[in-house]
Amino acid sequence: MKRYLLPLGLFLALACTLALGLKRGDPQSLPSPLVGKPAPAFVLPQLDDPKKQFTPANLKGQVWVLNVWASWCVSCRKEHPVLLDFAKQGVVPIVGFNYQDQRDSGLQWLSQHGNPYQVTAFDADGRAGMNLGVIGVPETFIIDKQGRIQYKYSGPITPAVLKDTLLPLIKELQRG
Amino acid sequence: MVLCSWLAFSQGAIAATAPANPTLDEHVNRLASELRCLVCQNQTIADSQAELAVQLKNEVRQQLLAGATDAQVRDFMVQRYGDFVLYRPPVNQATLLLWIGPGLLLLLGGVLLRQHWRERQALQTQTPDSVLPADDGDALDTSREASQT
Repeated sequence: MKRYLLPLGLFLALACTLALGLKRGDPQSLPSPLVGKPAPAFVLPQLDDPKKQFTPANLKGQVWVLNVWASWCVSCRKEHPVLLDFAKQGVVPIVGFNYQDQRDSGLQWLSQHGNPYQVTAFDADGRAGMNLGVIGVPETFIIDKQGRIQYKYSGPITPAVLKDTLLPLIKELQRG
Repeated sequence: MVLCSWLAFSQGAIAATAPANPTLDEHVNRLASELRCLVCQNQTIADSQAELAVQLKNEVRQQLLAGATDAQVRDFMVQRYGDFVLYRPPVNQATLLLWIGPGLLLLLGGVLLRQHWRERQALQTQTPDSVLPADDGDALDTSREASQT
């Protein structure tokens, strides 16, 4: 009997490790090394007006949300109604980050689906997106009053994610 | 599913611009084969044709052209995408088990094997001599007989 204890223990340890791995959620989503660091200081033209620029310093002093999207991104379409709803609540400024897109397609997409963004930065070549560590679209960043990235969410925001994760964090950051 | 939208974006425009330069190509490839493609996570960016991989390969090329060292290029990637981007992760607290784990398992296996051998030896020396050799002898005799016929 005793001789079976060791293999059994090893098996259980292995099973527990694997079970934890399964519970960890989407293995594709990676922790961003930028969380806790200042948002990269990109300067980009605005989508609707190339003469105007956007840089994260514009919003220093308030908590804001940066949402990376593109007209070619399929799951952005799923996320969009949630963002429109979020914008209607008026809790925080939502800034769009139009990633590797054509200006016309981006503008058309916004007029077709509605525009939740206070302002949209236009990153045609994806250079600023690279500095943000964008891997796939959509991605959403929460930036605090000091201009630090406090949270990154990869993938389309669902109403549940918004309610249970993003909003509580935003409220907390706004108090602090 | 999300991957499809990542991959769907056209990728032709970026790759074809640089002039031919075999040494640089080789250098870019060598470095790119140490960097993980973040969209298709089990490929290096040297192997992958995903949009982001092509873009990062281009970035590697441009930085090397501008005189950056391998370490600088690697740092650039790690700052943006984390240690995960490296196919050879650095030894730190989070990866320590990854690095020494196989060695520990080998050690554990060795210890168990030794224990097993010792027990077996102890068992054999305890067994009364008369039982085993009698059996062995029989077996030997029959085989001899068999070979003689």
